[in-house]
Amino acid sequence: MRALVFLVYLFLYAPIALVVLFSFNAGRSASEFTGFSVAWYGKAFSNTFLVQALSNSLFIAAASAALAAVFGTMAALAIERMGVRMRLVFEGLFAAAIVVPGVVIGIATLVALAAVFSILNPVIAGIWPGESPPQFGLGYASIIAAHGLFSMAVVTMIVRARIASLGRDIVEASDDLYATPFGTFRQIVLPQIMPSILAGFLLAFTFSFDDFIIAFFVAGSNTTLPIYVFASIRRGVTPEINAVATSVLVASLILILAARLLMREKKTRPLGED
Amino acid sequence: MTAAFVAPAALWLAVFLVLPFIAMLVFAFGRRAPEGGYLPAFTFEQFLNLPARATAFGNTLLLAPVGALLCLLVAYPVAYYLALRADPRHRLVLISLIVVPFWTSLLVRTYAWMYILGSRGLPSLLEAVGLPDIRMLNTPGAVLVGILYGYLPLMIMPIYVSLEKLDRRLLEASADLGARPVATFFGVTLPLSMPGVMTGTALVTILLLGEYLIPQLLGGGKVFFIGNALVDLFLQSRNWPFGSAIAVTLVLVVVVVLTVAMRIAWRFAGTRRVDLV
Repeated sequence: MRALVFLVYLFLYAPIALVVLFSFNAGRSASEFTGFSVAWYGKAFSNTFLVQALSNSLFIAAASAALAAVFGTMAALAIERMGVRMRLVFEGLFAAAIVVPGVVIGIATLVALAAVFSILNPVIAGIWPGESPPQFGLGYASIIAAHGLFSMAVVTMIVRARIASLGRDIVEASDDLYATPFGTFRQIVLPQIMPSILAGFLLAFTFSFDDFIIAFFVAGSNTTLPIYVFASIRRGVTPEINAVATSVLVASLILILAARLLMREKKTRPLGED
Repeated sequence: MTAAFVAPAALWLAVFLVLPFIAMLVFAFGRRAPEGGYLPAFTFEQFLNLPARATAFGNTLLLAPVGALLCLLVAYPVAYYLALRADPRHRLVLISLIVVPFWTSLLVRTYAWMYILGSRGLPSLLEAVGLPDIRMLNTPGAVLVGILYGYLPLMIMPIYVSLEKLDRRLLEASADLGARPVATFFGVTLPLSMPGVMTGTALVTILLLGEYLIPQLLGGGKVFFIGNALVDLFLQSRNWPFGSAIAVTLVLVVVVVLTVAMRIAWRFAGTRRVDLV
């Protein structure tokens, strides 16, 4: 059994190792290692299209994750105080946001936005006093909104799990000691749920940064890093793409490890040590 | 107070989940305009046209469950080892090593297999040892390898969680009462880990039903899923009403699979929560 488990770990890591190895290949070959070099990293990061796609992805991931962290946490706190029926409605909708395949979310958002824009744009053009009326279209905002939906559901789920594991007793103790509701929230609840909010933010960031299929539908003429990588792969495997892929792997590795550390840490620490 | 706190999320759910679904339903019952747009109508013709994409449905409905079962067969021994056999001091690291790849880019991980299964990868190695002309990329087998690679962590986690919670005294009791290890496994361990098995299988199957990247990159247009048909209909051949009808059908399939899985899961006592991170 040990041997089998070892093989599974090999299976999980060998392909990744291969991509990383060939990103340092001196030659153009994708199958023959001809010497160590970081030239492809230099080439990748001086490619303006690629750098633009990367900065788009970072901006979209940061915006959608921040949005999801704030609104998702607020929703998690509110859901705890709701009646059973309302709670079930929100639980169902958030579950749908997670379970419905990304390809369907992408399509549905595309269809809805196209329909809304086709009604809205002529109306605005009709009432706009100036020369060139603003035109709504697909772009950064639509990607951020669509990613925000999934991410909000994830943040709400994680924060709610954390709230459920908190005892009511310290909140009651705080109330008994004449803390204002806001004081209790800021000094007792918020510090306790902060690690899970941050973990949710990081997971949301990772999701958005790695997502291809939703962005593919709602990006309009904009490019994110996964869209750029996908288009490059279709043109053929090059060491430059290996260098980009390695960078993406390292970035998501750092984010996910940070998220895991945050979610572990406070679990074992006794209450009130902050 | 509660209403104000939930308002932004409620707005988001309404505008970017509920409204898009309604729009998709409206399109699915509409007609296609000559240039690929939408003509208002109430017709079932898009749904009656579904057999035109029967191959995509057939591939998906065959390879998604088969892929999930493949994941299950490999995942179970790993989860078993990690939960019951591994040194507890190393357990956290070993589990992290399983979860971390799941959160890294599926695009990049699948792309690595294009490399390995491509003509200059494994096939060229096999040719060197005297097995020429073996094509690996763009076959159902390649898609299954990609599925196993992409979704194995998601299958291991819930099984690990249910095995880790298992009361070890039950295993000792079973042994004390004279059961052989195999009998203990099939009589005690396996039934008690069924919630995890069900959760993992349902999760992986549902995600596979909507998969696009793995068949696109490793199936190369020969082995395609519903997701690939949808991308074609929306971004290339521009038949949005027909594409919407397919998407609606896909959601219905997901709902059916989910309902059946939950029915079965309820028969086994225990938790249905999955620890993904």
